[in-house]
Amino acid sequence: MGLENLLLGFQVALQPENLFLAVIGVALGTVIGVLPGLGGANGVAILLPLTFAMSPTSAIILLTSLYWGALFGGAITSILFNIPGEPWSVATTFDGFPMARRGEGGQALTAAFTSSFVGALFSVILITLFAPLLAEVALKFGPPEFFAIQLLTFSSFIGLGGGHPLKSLVAILIGFILASTGLDIVTGQLRLTFGILELMKGFDFIVAVIGLFGIGEILLTMEEGLSFKGAKARISPRVVWETWKILPRYWRTFVRSSFIGFWMGFKPGGATPASFMSYAFAKRFSKTPERFGKGELEGVVAPETAAHAAGGASLLPMITLGIPGSPTAAVMLGGLIIWGLQPGPMLFKERPEFVWGLIASMYTGNVIGVVMVLALVPLFAAILRIPFAILTPLIVSVCAIGAYSVHRGMIDVWYMLIFGLVGYVFKKLDYPLAPLVLALVLGDLAENALRQSLIMSQGSLSILFTRPIAGVISAVAVFFFVLPIVTPYWRRWRDGGH
Amino acid sequence: MRTADLTTAVVLIAGGLLVLWDALRLGIGWGTDGPKSGFFPFWLALIMIGSCLVILVQAWRSADRRPFVRRGAVVPVLKMLVPAVLFVLGTQFVGLYVASALYMAAYMVWIGGHGWPLTALLSIGFPVLTFVVFERWFLLPLPKGPLESWLGY
Repeated sequence: MGLENLLLGFQVALQPENLFLAVIGVALGTVIGVLPGLGGANGVAILLPLTFAMSPTSAIILLTSLYWGALFGGAITSILFNIPGEPWSVATTFDGFPMARRGEGGQALTAAFTSSFVGALFSVILITLFAPLLAEVALKFGPPEFFAIQLLTFSSFIGLGGGHPLKSLVAILIGFILASTGLDIVTGQLRLTFGILELMKGFDFIVAVIGLFGIGEILLTMEEGLSFKGAKARISPRVVWETWKILPRYWRTFVRSSFIGFWMGFKPGGATPASFMSYAFAKRFSKTPERFGKGELEGVVAPETAAHAAGGASLLPMITLGIPGSPTAAVMLGGLIIWGLQPGPMLFKERPEFVWGLIASMYTGNVIGVVMVLALVPLFAAILRIPFAILTPLIVSVCAIGAYSVHRGMIDVWYMLIFGLVGYVFKKLDYPLAPLVLALVLGDLAENALRQSLIMSQGSLSILFTRPIAGVISAVAVFFFVLPIVTPYWRRWRDGGH
Repeated sequence: MRTADLTTAVVLIAGGLLVLWDALRLGIGWGTDGPKSGFFPFWLALIMIGSCLVILVQAWRSADRRPFVRRGAVVPVLKMLVPAVLFVLGTQFVGLYVASALYMAAYMVWIGGHGWPLTALLSIGFPVLTFVVFERWFLLPLPKGPLESWLGY
């Protein structure tokens, strides 16, 4: 059943104009993904009005190609500049940048792009096979399950993250508090604004990311003296081939990361937590965990595979249920509604050529993406020869534009600076930034899920444990939460008795 | 590091108390059909304050006397921070295009030591390119100042 629909979809996706749009989309998306600030969600949002003149099918193909390109692009700056172009490429910096500094930038990039391709392909194949089925299962997921997933995501940061657990917890809580600032949509009340008008809009995660990871990172790099240099990378066909020969060794990582990515992307969560969870798991299960963070190829493979698997997967709940699995998917959902399409299971029945054209374009976009990106990296490598005195104001200006473009307000640019300082201080003091950003992104969703769960249970938190699916997820979450507390005692018990 | 750790923890606790105060104002119990607005922030802040207190104690007991910023690192960091702040300030008053031109020029000449021709080319070229890309292409109006109004935008 799925296959004939897919063929129908390919007929649509392979039409010359749609292929052309896919190429443009990927190219633009990569550029956007590389620039800190014009994130995938932001880029999609900015381009959305431009697509009204096109047919919805062509428009969504352009936007998903853009999304794909941004996924690829984020890896480039992460590896070569240690500046994550997207929140989901933060984990790629952990090992990607050290590799680039060692002169293995080409390997890292090849690994990243190939992993992205694999992860995305994995997701898209699964989507093709299971889309109708998954729509049914997800319908059973209620607020307690959604909230339990949130608990699991954040607990894995604390339990598996490896940093200071309490500081990780604090970072997460700060993110949630920042997320709850502003207008509370449910009650209509202003929270944490203290009478200041500007705070009414709250804090946008895009601005936070630009500040924390863009400005903050530059500040940190300045400490080494005026050596804001990206690493060089040569990506010749030989490097690509050599890397490809090594990659199959990590097939377990590929499979595990693809699953994690798909799983996380399918639920509201997105590519960012997927990349971190995947990295954490790869480190945990590796025979050489101490090499992670210093330039281990697997440390690039894991997050990139997961991020792209999640990226693909996050489009699935959007088209099947009308629930965006990621911020970018949320923007695209807005586009669907504007085009007059009703997202949900009905879309499969009423507009199959749209849905399957979209799914087919994920395949074509993926292939186009990987080819283009592997070919264009020398272009990006040329950027590295630009002296830092030119690059620094350039990047700061672009960051400022990015921050401004979110709400077209200067206040966000000032926030960006403040977040930059905060990012600088937090990084030095070991407060992890990624969970903070994640909490900021998911804050409203999490709170909503909690609210609705409590309404269902008339005020009792036990609903998170009494419902079977939620119960299992919550139990694992609790396990991860207490892991840091328990581990020293467990080790002592283990070593002391024998 | 220790001082910075202590200070940060204290600042966070203060922030947390602010959040608690506002949350109590909004109400933390059960509203008409669901938890009140302050419920979520209240518990977040409470847990945060608790965690920060523990961090405070840990930091107090720590023997990490490393300075927060190395001596030699203070100036480079400020060299990045101060111009950036001035740039944003400038954007507020004269618009992004003029501010970025000045920012780039100043950086290239004073900190990078580049020559005037290249500086002029890039510090004027960049705002022009930005204008074309964002105002025309992306249809995103960026902050403008007196110069642009004078030019008719």
